Amino acid sequence: MATVASFNVDYIQYLSPTGDLVGNSIPAIAKDFKKLKSLYETMVMTRVFDAKAISLQRTGKLGTYASSLGHEAVHVGMGSAMRYEDVFAPSYREYGVQFCRGVKMSEVLLYWGGDERGSNFSGPPHDFPWCVPIATQNTHAAGAALSFKLRKEPRCTVSVIGDGGSSKGDFLEAINAASAFKLPMVLVIINNGWAISVPRKKQSKGQTLAQKGISGGLPSIQVDGNDLIAVHHEVKQALESARNGEGATVIEAITYRLGDHTTADDASRYRPDEEVENAKKYEPILRLRQYLMDNKQWSVQQENKLMEECSNKVEAAVKEYQSASKLPVTDMFDYMFAELPHDLAEQRQFALDLENKHNGAHK
Amino acid sequence: MSNITLVEAVSLALSYELEHDNDVVVLGEDVGINGGVFRATSGLAQKFGEDRVIDTPLAEAMIAGLTIGMATQGMKPVAEAQFMGFIYPMIEHIVCHAARFRNRTRGRLSCPLVIRAPFGGGIHAPEHHSESVEAIFAHIPGLRVVIPSSPSRAYGLLLAAIRDPDPVLFLEPKRIYRLVKEEVINDGEELPLDMCFELREGQDITLITWGSMVKETLEAADKLAQQGISAEVIDVATISPIDFDTIQESVKKTGRCVIIQEAAKHCSVGSEIAANLAENSLYSLMAPVKRVTGYDVIMPLFKLEKKYMPSVERILMAVNEVMEVS
Repeated sequence: MATVASFNVDYIQYLSPTGDLVGNSIPAIAKDFKKLKSLYETMVMTRVFDAKAISLQRTGKLGTYASSLGHEAVHVGMGSAMRYEDVFAPSYREYGVQFCRGVKMSEVLLYWGGDERGSNFSGPPHDFPWCVPIATQNTHAAGAALSFKLRKEPRCTVSVIGDGGSSKGDFLEAINAASAFKLPMVLVIINNGWAISVPRKKQSKGQTLAQKGISGGLPSIQVDGNDLIAVHHEVKQALESARNGEGATVIEAITYRLGDHTTADDASRYRPDEEVENAKKYEPILRLRQYLMDNKQWSVQQENKLMEECSNKVEAAVKEYQSASKLPVTDMFDYMFAELPHDLAEQRQFALDLENKHNGAHK
Repeated sequence: MSNITLVEAVSLALSYELEHDNDVVVLGEDVGINGGVFRATSGLAQKFGEDRVIDTPLAEAMIAGLTIGMATQGMKPVAEAQFMGFIYPMIEHIVCHAARFRNRTRGRLSCPLVIRAPFGGGIHAPEHHSESVEAIFAHIPGLRVVIPSSPSRAYGLLLAAIRDPDPVLFLEPKRIYRLVKEEVINDGEELPLDMCFELREGQDITLITWGSMVKETLEAADKLAQQGISAEVIDVATISPIDFDTIQESVKKTGRCVIIQEAAKHCSVGSEIAANLAENSLYSLMAPVKRVTGYDVIMPLFKLEKKYMPSVERILMAVNEVMEVS
């Protein structure tokens, strides 16, 4: 017998849950406090936004909403590592990535508020919109990456998948495509422990989810997804390698879904409270704040000021969301095709006439 | 200018567009050096290189996903589903994404892509290789569905499909891939994606069909002419959207209509045409509309394949029934 191939999966953490730097080769960003503070602010903003979105839903001012609570480091770490010209292919809760890329909070609210205009967002026009069917975004990201490769453009795609979604064919087919075509892309498995009510251990008996990348011969690692420094650094490294023509990387970021799956879910039905309480000790904002404070880069005054700023910005976003212009009934027809087919034009006219009749009746 | 078959016309159109538009790429299983299992991409990889005519790993969902990803970034990919029976893993991508990107993003991203698939029975193929399920796709908003039935229409419609800014499912009736040769001028002229083709003018009855059934329908029309019945034959060609104006106009003239399709009857494209005529042309009709279709059964393996397919005989039976109503 001979061993024909052997593999290992590294686990990477630079910032411990207590806010201490660990390991030997600390990346430069760990000492770039200006940048770290700015990313910390985005993380806090994302959390304040998230809490507001949930309360909007609870008071009937927003539809079902998927919370990002607890994912702030993995999201902001990814978003801050990308370039504008890169393409992000999200699932549906990676607001932190999107805020880094210029998507407005009011646009996230528009989408969950039942308005397609939210996906015509202010972020890079080449970025993908939210993708509700699980894992299909991964093969789209592979396609975008293939187009960059064929056109010899120095651009990459970044796509995400959850621990549940890592069981799906499209995720595995994207790994295979990335491998076969040596694509400039980064696939981040955001392992938050839960796929609605199904825990990580029921998805696969594999020791890691990162090792699924090894099936395609891709560099595959695990990072502490609550460690902003680790996520940012590893995604950035993976992007550089992709941009240099070295192909794709799979990164499994271990984090925890501190909230319900969506506002339509009640995690207390299936998840022990103690598990959630315990996970809070490892959450990402706490440790980064501790690190900044320990290094005299952050103070209680700054924290209070930031919270006030975030609150004001979120309130302004809510106002913007609520003052969105009325959606004309014709909008559901007008973006079906570049040019509206004849029979659809008739249906559009009917809907418009009916609308005008109703509006006339109200006057 | 040359006499070529339908499958050669597909190849010619692909070649023309690869040559004239750098954004066009062809991708799929075995489409490269092998030129596709039906040779629809024959010689293209050799001519345009393996970066333009791309052999993919064997994974249909991935092919659809890649195609969508490329299209959203401004390329014009033409993917091949090797057989329509293998298109099902692609459906999530076609329905949930290709058809929706423009609408979902309010026009920010779009999917100018084509997915080609050989379909239909009659070539003694193995299981899952012979179905006609165009209705599944015709039901999907945001998608165009096109079925050519002659070399020149395959050439012009495929060019139009590739150039169209929205996703097009291009279904190729493989039974007539090599049935007839026709002169096709390789001038890059496209055909409209929302018009029927009147293949034969007539006064007494309208025969509506598409795809490989055009062959039997034209044969039936010849036989009817011998009986003194003048049949108008319409090739629908674009299954979604359907050019109902031409169909209604013809029925207004003839007052009688038979719809012929290879696909099973229930909830089919023929059902939609019949329903449209009931809604819009009832007072033009002198007899009920009749459909000649495949049976509502699993497509049989090839021992019974021929018995499943609508025949000239079945078309004539239906026409005679419709003609008898006075």
